[in-house]
Amino acid sequence: MTGEAPVISGTSVVKLARGVRLRADAVRGQTVLLAPERAMALDDIAVRIVEALDGRRSLDRIAGDFAAEFGAPVEQIASDVQSFAHELAIRRMLEIVE
Amino acid sequence: MSDNLALAKQVDARISSVPPPMAMLAELTHRCPLACPYCSNPIALTRADEELSTAEWIGVFEQAAALGVLHLHLSGGEPAARRDLAELTQAAAAFGLYTNLITSGVGLTEARIGQLADAGLDHIQLSIQGVSAESADRIGGYGGGYGRKIAVAGWVAEAGIPLTLNAVCHRQNMGEIEAMIELAIRLKARRIEVATVQFHGWAERNKAALLPTRDQVELATRTVAAARQTYEGILVIDYVPADYYSTYPKACMGGWGRVGLNVTPSGRVLPCHAAETIPGLSFATVRASSLAEIWYESDAFNAYRGDAWMPDLCRSCERKKVDFGGCRCQAMTLAGDARATDPVCVRSPLRDRLTRETDRLSTLSSDTLIYRGR
Ligand code: SF4
Ligand code: SF4
Repeated sequence: MTGEAPVISGTSVVKLARGVRLRADAVRGQTVLLAPERAMALDDIAVRIVEALDGRRSLDRIAGDFAAEFGAPVEQIASDVQSFAHELAIRRMLEIVE
Repeated sequence: MSDNLALAKQVDARISSVPPPMAMLAELTHRCPLACPYCSNPIALTRADEELSTAEWIGVFEQAAALGVLHLHLSGGEPAARRDLAELTQAAAAFGLYTNLITSGVGLTEARIGQLADAGLDHIQLSIQGVSAESADRIGGYGGGYGRKIAVAGWVAEAGIPLTLNAVCHRQNMGEIEAMIELAIRLKARRIEVATVQFHGWAERNKAALLPTRDQVELATRTVAAARQTYEGILVIDYVPADYYSTYPKACMGGWGRVGLNVTPSGRVLPCHAAETIPGLSFATVRASSLAEIWYESDAFNAYRGDAWMPDLCRSCERKKVDFGGCRCQAMTLAGDARATDPVCVRSPLRDRLTRETDRLSTLSSDTLIYRGR
């Protein structure tokens, strides 16, 4: 048996897996995350998080950057970013870079 | 004048109450080297010379994208039987459609998979009929098919295209579910769809050999639940249980004319792949009408939208928003009336008869298969 369940933490560096992408859905006026057999309509915050998963910055760095941009407490943002990334990871929608 | 205005308003109201389609299944061809005894293609298969041309398919994809379709499933028959498969994929991807190839793998080579990857194919669903050459090739009716699938899965992984295994389950292979899940992991699939045979068309003719027993279904459900825990984050497991043993029917296609549409090889547009088994409906073709007209205006798509068509039993039931009264084609097959409550529903007056018939069929130990025509 191969493969290990990914563990998402603040130091994880991730990006969308191949076959998973953001798309503007002009007909419905929304942004959707497309994956095999799935289309998730995302709100603005979720779109910003997905766009930030660039395969270069860690989740903590991303949270820090958002905290600076919005002047919001970093702990709250870090936990939101991590739990969102975890949800995507268990759906096999992320590639774990580190 | 005022009459016209009123009519225009009515049409508007209907359009706005009907959501745009999310998904389209393009049956590019009915040609297929395999002959699965549960094939969802109709009994009367479309001939090669009736198939839509490359340009016609591309026109349909463009309309679909404009209409709001997000996922395009390239299916068949065996879609690899179309020589223009990479060209079609590239055109669909250029319209922004999420392209998913549903294939048996037979007819795909390493070179063609490379072309599909370059064309922008987003995802591949590869069917498996069993976990050994012997059992799989017996069901598929095609010697060497299993070996080919394993090779295809390897090429797909190498090309980096995400892979889902499609495992259709029935009495003959229900005991292999755990092994199928393990095979999916070995083949580096991200996802497996374990779907119990739906008894329309060819499968209906093979009920005595394919209908699973209650014990098999219960074991399968437990196996899937345990595997989902074991493989969380490694493999996504989607499961379609045997609905003859369920309490409530499934919301077939997410509701008639609500989520998706099917286009047959010759361009007829159907609310679901078995819709042609319902007598009295006529289906428009993309050769004569636009996809938008067909989706919003055609009688066939409007036939079972909303709740006006429902029997009182469903119309007065809270679950109508969940299952829409079940599957119309199943109501046709089991009740002889496409407007009936799906006989799988515990509230249907026909449920007891279905249970007796299911128990009777599942005790038959037939393993004679009637293969799909080629
Ligand atoms: S179900 Fe089997 S016979 Fe039918 S199209 Fe698929 S692979 Fe071919
Ligand atoms: S009565 Fe009709 S709507 Fe209610 S659960 Fe049964 S099939 Fe669904």
